Amino acid sequence: MRFGIPVYPGSNCDRDVGWVIEKVLGHQAVYLWHKEGNLKGIDAVIIPGGFSYGDYLRAGAMAKISPITEAICEFAQRGGLVMGICNGFQILLEAGLLPGAMLPNKSLSFICKFVHLKVENTDTPFTSLYTKGEVLKIPIAHAEGNYTCPEETLKEIEEGGQVVLRYSSPEGEVSPEFNPNGSLNNIAGICNREGNVFGLMPHPERASEAILGSTDGLKMFKSMVEGVVKA
Amino acid sequence: MGRYSVKVFITYKKGVLDPQGVAVEKAAHQLGFKKVKNVRVGKLITMEVEAKSKEEVEREIKEMAEKFLVNPVIEDYSYEISKEG
Repeated sequence: MRFGIPVYPGSNCDRDVGWVIEKVLGHQAVYLWHKEGNLKGIDAVIIPGGFSYGDYLRAGAMAKISPITEAICEFAQRGGLVMGICNGFQILLEAGLLPGAMLPNKSLSFICKFVHLKVENTDTPFTSLYTKGEVLKIPIAHAEGNYTCPEETLKEIEEGGQVVLRYSSPEGEVSPEFNPNGSLNNIAGICNREGNVFGLMPHPERASEAILGSTDGLKMFKSMVEGVVKA
Repeated sequence: MGRYSVKVFITYKKGVLDPQGVAVEKAAHQLGFKKVKNVRVGKLITMEVEAKSKEEVEREIKEMAEKFLVNPVIEDYSYEISKEG
């Protein structure tokens, strides 16, 4: 299977994602430079983390108007699987493929640490191999992960099962105490209504090999492989 | 064609928590500026635009705001246009 990984000036997790795809899972990673408008026949897209275009103006604001992002939007509208990690999530929000926006972390600090995440929805091509309520240990590394959206949108995504991951305690308790950045309802990851676009602030690619301290993120990539095979 | 100078002001919408504003307010209080409240931090973008009329400049700014300058989920904006010579 061919995973497309867009590379913007300032992306810095592209090779980490590629490593998991190629070395850990044995699939093909196709790097797509931001100026390309062609997805080269890939089967799914993973938008990596980093600081695309230096996060100038707003995180993801510049990346959303690059040719590769326009091609990814078309791919998503045709039902293609797209996962955005960290800055990739911010880009999906800016591009309007996912609802809402990111504010600076409530603490104003850049936070880089392991967090716990409760899997709320396993009925997505990104989480199908997990069990509902399972708690994952995956690191975050961001300054702007404080998810927000209008009240009506929040109601819609909550009722529609679009909240896929929430920050929680190691036991799966969801409360403000375990919210690292101030995001609404402890939201760490959401999908679109159709379920083919998924964004999350934590970095599953940094939790896909035992040597890194956790392998809890690996099933997200494996779920995507299954998702593509089924489609 | 005329040369217009433009200022675009971008602020968080009312009701959107502004963590930077909160931090600046706390610092102000710490320095003894006790009467300060409701501090909000925004952005100011200045630019020059060549155009036939002020209306044309206005259209350009609105289009730019919509396309990328402003995120309407969390931000509001306003602008000032003045003619330069």
